[in-house]
Amino acid sequence: MSLQNILSKKNRALLRELVVTDFKLRYQGSALGYAWSLLRPLLLFLILYIVFVRFLKLGAGVPHYPIYLLLGIVMWNFFSEMTSLSLSSIVVRGDLIRKIRIPRWIIVLSSSVTALINFGLNLIVVGVFMAFNHVPIGHGVLLVPLILVQLYLFALGISLILATAFVKYRDVSYIWEVVLQAGFYITPILYPLTRITNHTFQQLIVLNPVATAIQDARYALVTRESITIHSLLPHSIYSFAPYFITVLALLAGVLYFKRNATYFAEDL
Amino acid sequence: MDDIAIKVAHVHKTFKLPHEKQSSIKGALINVFRSSKHGYERQQVLKDITFEVKKGEFFGIVGRNGSGKSTLLKLLAGIYIPNSGDLQVTGNLTPFIELGVGFNPELTGRENVFLNGALLGFSHKEVEKLYDDIVAFAELERFMDQKLKNYSSGMQVRLAFSIAIKAQSDILLIDEVLAVGDAAFQRKCFDHFMLLKKNKQTVVLVTHDMAAVRQYCDRAVMIDKGAIIESGKPEEVAQAYQQLFSEEADANAEHSDTTKSGKRWGTGKVRAETIKLTVKDDLVTLSAQYKASEDVPAPIFGFTVYGPNGNNILEGNTLRQKSTISDLKKGELLETTWQIPNVFASGNYSVAVACCDQSTIEYYDWFNGAAKFKVTKEWMTAGAVDPPLEFKSINKLNR
Repeated sequence: MSLQNILSKKNRALLRELVVTDFKLRYQGSALGYAWSLLRPLLLFLILYIVFVRFLKLGAGVPHYPIYLLLGIVMWNFFSEMTSLSLSSIVVRGDLIRKIRIPRWIIVLSSSVTALINFGLNLIVVGVFMAFNHVPIGHGVLLVPLILVQLYLFALGISLILATAFVKYRDVSYIWEVVLQAGFYITPILYPLTRITNHTFQQLIVLNPVATAIQDARYALVTRESITIHSLLPHSIYSFAPYFITVLALLAGVLYFKRNATYFAEDL
Repeated sequence: MDDIAIKVAHVHKTFKLPHEKQSSIKGALINVFRSSKHGYERQQVLKDITFEVKKGEFFGIVGRNGSGKSTLLKLLAGIYIPNSGDLQVTGNLTPFIELGVGFNPELTGRENVFLNGALLGFSHKEVEKLYDDIVAFAELERFMDQKLKNYSSGMQVRLAFSIAIKAQSDILLIDEVLAVGDAAFQRKCFDHFMLLKKNKQTVVLVTHDMAAVRQYCDRAVMIDKGAIIESGKPEEVAQAYQQLFSEEADANAEHSDTTKSGKRWGTGKVRAETIKLTVKDDLVTLSAQYKASEDVPAPIFGFTVYGPNGNNILEGNTLRQKSTISDLKKGELLETTWQIPNVFASGNYSVAVACCDQSTIEYYDWFNGAAKFKVTKEWMTAGAVDPPLEFKSINKLNR
């Protein structure tokens, strides 16, 4: 399967239709429609902001803490939405798998694109907030695309694994729900990483590629107060661990998916 | 070889059927510790399938429900992978085996056209170009902006078929599309098939409809219980298919216990013992063996055929045929054979045989359900009988 093949005209057209369909069906019958894809994270942000910033004063000392918080939420939401959508994608589209020969990966890819589009819209909102708050924009912005690519690739690897496993084991969705819930708290989304005083724990937490992506993005966009794996382990080969894990997850996902995709039609 | 479009050689397909579907991790873990053979049984769906389809050929695959036809089609379409054997397809092939795959009831007809088109490999622009054609063929101009869930099933099928025939491929796979749509739309489908045939398009048609096999196919195979049991000219295959059902009817008749089934009455001086019945396209042959347990003067033998609703369709007896039977001695065995022209319409029939004295007062034996048979004809008819008819000519009378 060459890259040329993957991005052939046919496949791009199919991907587009699948994504468009997803979007049309998603908010059907709701009065606010697409607005919900922005409102959901914003409302969550509002709750967390009131509780953690106003009441608990978690972000004291971090400049632009609300933006810092919002960016974390938006990025985590993307990871959580993309993996959850992809997890069930193959099973949900079972009728297609059983009755037509289309590349199986396109189905997972289309869920990821749906999540990406939402992510893009949310990032625009973050940008608007940044402008209102007069967050200074430095050279760090140039790194943001790379950080997002890393986050996407990690999410893609995990998505492929989950989608494949879900075909055979329906428990996976419940397990993943719990993992996401736990992940939300062990990833420094609500609290600045400085709040964790144990150095080892800090290092363990940023090993998580999602945590690293969030911390990197905050560092690049919002404030230098964001602890990244590079500031924790300067000049160490271990500071590349999260990126290594990302590549590993992607490889594992692609191989596992490829090995099982041929039998989806029978296993479903 | 260049003129071969599809080459299937010794293809086997087996499914693992779990006894209890293990779609949880706990189940899978338990299975690891148990020996794996308890987990599922293997069901061989296709055994050693070998055939070739030439380019430009209209090829039929027939078989009963559950014979493995659809699995074979899915193998051809590349949805399943064979366990062993070789499957080569030269040129591209329609990837779908069913109409309207991916149709979503919540989308409008228009949106569904674009989605389905993309699934068949069209770009958005290509669908735009074909759109008017598709809608016109489906005759759904007024409904395209309504949601698909508000379509009747016939309308959905029309739309699906209209898109499907636009699929540009060297080899078309068609599964049972003739069974849907009203008469006018079926006419259109037939016309489309004729056009395909004229254009020397390679087509693989899977069907139960022997009329379609006879009309379109250049060659056909019949699959039963996962193996090809007949292949060759469509006429031969169609006959073999119909025979399959009459054989089954024979088997049923033999299995039924001749003393218990049906209502049987009579004095028992003469009793029918073995009944044989064979159904051919033109003739139904009924043989009954009788045994006399007492001396009886010249009896009358007869039979009645009951139709699917229990109506008396046809009866015959030796008195009416003016054939005289000699007196029977105790212990004497004799066989009667009736040849009945097969005028029966498709359906299930039951036969009663009887024997009585000359005065038709004393019935020695009246045996309801002595035999059962099934008739499968090319066309369904609402008529009680379906004898061969001949249409002579049309004469235009106004000059």
